[in-house]
Amino acid sequence: MDTTTNAGQLLAAASGGERRWGDRIFSNLSVAAGVTILALLAGVALFLLIEALPAVSASAERLPGGKTLVDYIAPLAFGTVLAATVAVVLAVPLAVAVALFISHIAPPRIVLALGFMVDLLAAIPSIVYGLWGIFVLGPAAVGPMEWLEAELGFIPFFQGPASATGRTMLVAGLVLTVMILPIVSAVAREVFVQTPRKLQEGALALGATRWEMIRMTVLPFGKSSIISGAMLGLGRALGETMAVTIILSVSGVVTFNLISQSNPSTIAANIALDFPESSGLAVNTLIASGLVLFAITLVTNLIARAIISRQNIQ
Amino acid sequence: MAAPRDSPATLLTAPAGSPVWRRKALNRVMTAIIAGAFALAMLPLLSLLFEVAKRGIPGLSIEFFTTSARGAIGGGGAAHAIVGTLVITGVAAAISVPIGIMAAIYLTEYGGRSRLRRWLTFFVDVMTGIPSIVAGLFAFALFALIFGPGVRLGVMGSVALAVLMVPIVIRSSEEVLKIVPNHLREASYALGTPKWRTIAKVVLPTAFAGLVTGVMIAVARIIGETAPLLVTTGVVDSINSNPFDGRMQNLAVYAYSEYRTPGVMKQASYDRAWAAALTLIAIVMILNVVARLIYRRYKTETR
Repeated sequence: MDTTTNAGQLLAAASGGERRWGDRIFSNLSVAAGVTILALLAGVALFLLIEALPAVSASAERLPGGKTLVDYIAPLAFGTVLAATVAVVLAVPLAVAVALFISHIAPPRIVLALGFMVDLLAAIPSIVYGLWGIFVLGPAAVGPMEWLEAELGFIPFFQGPASATGRTMLVAGLVLTVMILPIVSAVAREVFVQTPRKLQEGALALGATRWEMIRMTVLPFGKSSIISGAMLGLGRALGETMAVTIILSVSGVVTFNLISQSNPSTIAANIALDFPESSGLAVNTLIASGLVLFAITLVTNLIARAIISRQNIQ
Repeated sequence: MAAPRDSPATLLTAPAGSPVWRRKALNRVMTAIIAGAFALAMLPLLSLLFEVAKRGIPGLSIEFFTTSARGAIGGGGAAHAIVGTLVITGVAAAISVPIGIMAAIYLTEYGGRSRLRRWLTFFVDVMTGIPSIVAGLFAFALFALIFGPGVRLGVMGSVALAVLMVPIVIRSSEEVLKIVPNHLREASYALGTPKWRTIAKVVLPTAFAGLVTGVMIAVARIIGETAPLLVTTGVVDSINSNPFDGRMQNLAVYAYSEYRTPGVMKQASYDRAWAAALTLIAIVMILNVVARLIYRRYKTETR
């Protein structure tokens, strides 16, 4: 790579004006595109900050609900983290199984088709997931949630009373699970297939069954990819808007109860619900909450990327 | 996991306690569990596709594609949303494709080991994680500072979608530019071709199919976005094809508003929401399948 670059530059430098100009314009354009992207990202943070500031400096009684900014955002942040956590807890084991099935168990002939199906899950627009969640999954989940309340009601998560419409945190979390599954499994699968052959074949040669081989070579090798995939999935679930907006019936409470009619809202869903009808300081308040969401997802993604890059170095 | 007894070297002694039949049985059980988990994970996909088709087809009609909802009480179609989808997505692509591909050229051809390259690689990863609603708020904040609060324009939605699209375009373009074989570049340099002409006439044409595939998949990813448009382009009833003048709506926002504020005939509104969802899924699937076919047919020869 470096040698060719040098050769090209030597030749370009050696010859006349026209080609030097062409090279200069082209390389400057490409640098400009790179800088634009960094500026864009900085701009996202900067403009959100500018539009959020009026809400930060305003007194509590002028903000929506007459609450301070922290009191306004905290329950939303709680709901955001709760919904995303439910999704990640359910999605990770499922995603690891999906990744293992495609990488080590399914017959090679159908691997391509299976991968396409998983990709399709990622391609479906979130509004469609939302409609499916409220009209199909929600009603179907009412029975099981009543069962959870009756049988496992002593656990705070399933305290009830079970919702009769299915517009609960559990259903929202389930839809988020389906939505983040493809990301988590894609990251895990990418590393699972890189497990050194000699380790896998060594294990099999020593008499391990396929499951023992997976447990002793593939899973330890892919452990950090499972963690980073889970973090990326968490980032997606934290910021997912429409599915939660449509499905969740919100009342602003702070509760771990996953199956009742009254749930905390999430930051993203609250913005989608309130923004179109807001004006003045209410808009600034919503943007301030968006900034908090941006910060939370940023930290989550940074951790995920740090794990991935450390793993690449090894 | 990392305990020494898990390493293959000690495998011969580890299973001594458990008889072979039990280990084989466990293997079968775990295989069944993993296959079952895969089936379970695919169940929502099948249910979703089935339900969207079942509930979407009744709402599909000539009227749905040709008329707008303007002045139609409890009726009308989605023509304004289809026009909106094309314009908003088109402008977003027009913004992000040149920037994205030029940035990918920088990363693969000019970057070398520079600091800008390292920063760019890192922050493009960060950008892929921006929640779509935050991208929408950014576009709103940007335009609100210039035009005052309350502004709603099609182009605001395009800017928001471009923020989401650019990192996808860069990632996919970088991948395909990387696999253009170096001997092609070297052959071009050997003929005395300057670097920029080598990129324009050798590297980009070689990678063309991959670039097109990447752009199509990126378009498929943003064409169904709802949240960023709710805060930027608003909701509208009539056809508007000018992104710089007034509100616009895409199919996803149309589906949402038909669900959220159904007309007098509730079921008819829901039918239209499902019809819009079906149309969206069809568009997204066609984009994905065609992109893959293009790539398979014209993919870069890497040798």
